[in-house]
Amino acid sequence: MQPLYLTHYTIATSLGAGLDATFLQLSSGRTGLMPQTYPGELATWTGRIGALDTSPLHESLAAFECRNNRLAALTLAQDGFMDAVADLRERHGPERIGVFLGTSTSGIENSESAYRRRTAVGDPLPADFRYAETHNIYSLGRLMQRLLDVSGPSVVASAACATTAKTFGNAARMIEAGFCDAAIVGGADTLCATTIYGFQSLGLVSPTACRPFDKTRDGISIGEGAGFAIVEKAPPASLPSGAVMLRGFGESSDAYHMSTPHPEGRGAQLAMERALASAGLQPKDIDYINVHGTATQVGDAAEDRALVELFGKDTPCSSTKGYTGHTLASAGIVETIIAALAIRHNFMPGTANTQELDPALQSRYLLRGERGPVRRVLSNSFGFGGSNCSLVLERPS
Amino acid sequence: MIRVYVEGIGLQGDGLDGWEASAAILAGREDYCAAPVNIPPITLLPANERRRMVKTVKLALAVGMQAFAQSGRDPKETATVFTSSGGDGETIHDILESLAAPQIDVSPTRFHNSVHNAPSGYWSIATGSSAPTSSLSMHDNSFAAGLLDAAAQAVVEKQPVGLIAYDLPYPEPLNAVRKIGSAFGVGLVIAPAPSDRAMASVTLAIEARNDAPTSMIAPPLEAIRRGNPAARSLPLLEAIARGIDSRIVLDYLADRSVTMAIAPCLATASP
Repeated sequence: MQPLYLTHYTIATSLGAGLDATFLQLSSGRTGLMPQTYPGELATWTGRIGALDTSPLHESLAAFECRNNRLAALTLAQDGFMDAVADLRERHGPERIGVFLGTSTSGIENSESAYRRRTAVGDPLPADFRYAETHNIYSLGRLMQRLLDVSGPSVVASAACATTAKTFGNAARMIEAGFCDAAIVGGADTLCATTIYGFQSLGLVSPTACRPFDKTRDGISIGEGAGFAIVEKAPPASLPSGAVMLRGFGESSDAYHMSTPHPEGRGAQLAMERALASAGLQPKDIDYINVHGTATQVGDAAEDRALVELFGKDTPCSSTKGYTGHTLASAGIVETIIAALAIRHNFMPGTANTQELDPALQSRYLLRGERGPVRRVLSNSFGFGGSNCSLVLERPS
Repeated sequence: MIRVYVEGIGLQGDGLDGWEASAAILAGREDYCAAPVNIPPITLLPANERRRMVKTVKLALAVGMQAFAQSGRDPKETATVFTSSGGDGETIHDILESLAAPQIDVSPTRFHNSVHNAPSGYWSIATGSSAPTSSLSMHDNSFAAGLLDAAAQAVVEKQPVGLIAYDLPYPEPLNAVRKIGSAFGVGLVIAPAPSDRAMASVTLAIEARNDAPTSMIAPPLEAIRRGNPAARSLPLLEAIARGIDSRIVLDYLADRSVTMAIAPCLATASP
């Protein structure tokens, strides 16, 4: 692929607001997960962003009011991102800047509340319910085009937990085809009953804080999170200090099962192979792998098989979901930005919560963070429907 | 501006049952007669997977299979783009009802069917495809956005791509806040280069919004087009069926349209 430059990016999860807070927590080893009990005695841990409860959208955006859109707006206000977008508009023109985002549940938390507010089954939804601006998957795209004041091509992707990794592909294609010169990618996903009870129904929610690659791992902790990145075909004259390159991108489908990964990690391996091939790189060229590692029994084992098959047992890897929880559709952008932080700080994050590595897993899995040269990182995101995506990031020379 | 070639079409809508029958209606050779949307059974999946399939999945797979069958391309090797305004409304409604009930009980099958990429997941299982796949939404303009993504992918990767657009009406109370007319699904196989199987070339551009979207002349077909985001594809299908050079405008962004210049390919154009 033609490399793209990630010139600016920003992130919000339960670890904190912005790049510095995120890196501080990752390097100190503190989790953002907290215990939370849901009606029906569903006790779990979640990666919650408390600020969302008290941060309504500006009144001019009242139609978009829902937790997911709040998170998108809050995240945009961090790390000088809006200034960077203003500069991007100057350099490329608003109509040459695309917006390719992702979410799995959009504003469905708001729809859950609307259904509960009905007095009887069969009643209409409350009069203040706004479908297009909250529930529909594209509500995020509509809001972001407005907030960013850009008018290039746009779409919102939704492919479960691989979603926001895949938005880099949507952007790369549209840039390479000439429809835009730069794009804002990423997305937002927020806590809602649909995913908490949905994953619980599949027996995939841990009653404690999730423990990726642990011998006693017993499921995921769901988190909320958002991240946005500016990607450009040609970088500005002076590259910003934190800029990284997207060198490789690979997607695959499992062709196996709707909610269980292929046990040998066949689709996972294919996505990683395709990412390396599109970058023209070999497995040995990768310094660190941010794995998908959600802490389910089957998922971690399948990914480990694919990792060992492709990289052997020496490439350092870790899952950061013990810190952030599984941010579902946002996992791709959250972990791409963590990969960029790893390159920026020459630091490979360890794992929160994992105590004893599963001896059946053979990758070189980092329990504690390690300093060392990090030039290239591979980041994995896999989701329901057997949807897989891997990215390779590189420090610009 | 990019150019792609349509090699296969699948189609199910109100009174539109497959491409062959529909092409005759769209070309004006046969009269349109309203008829309930036929969703042909999918035989490629094992019985337990078939049982779990919701209507959106059945419709998406049916039109996709038709398009691939006509094109002769192997779905196993071909990337796909699925696009829909909002996924499976019945499943989402059932989950929202369950979550509002005093005793919360969400079905695991409903949950995995609720993801927007459920049709893409079933497609991969049914065809054995490990190819890349996207699942997209742009509300009313989901077809235009999906077509751009699929065409860009075909041109950049120099490979054929399957595009599948579908939307079904929602149950109440969602229907009252999001009206979708009769079910509609369309599958297109598009390729970056001309070939014997190419039916028409489509040259795509994003332009300032100077024109209203192209409408259908026949009132019942225009009602279908307006009623369902996936049916915004009808003017393109009509142009291909008629086999004449056409210019089509699709709504896209507030101030921008997607425009298509459509030209029949000589090998298969009927006089």
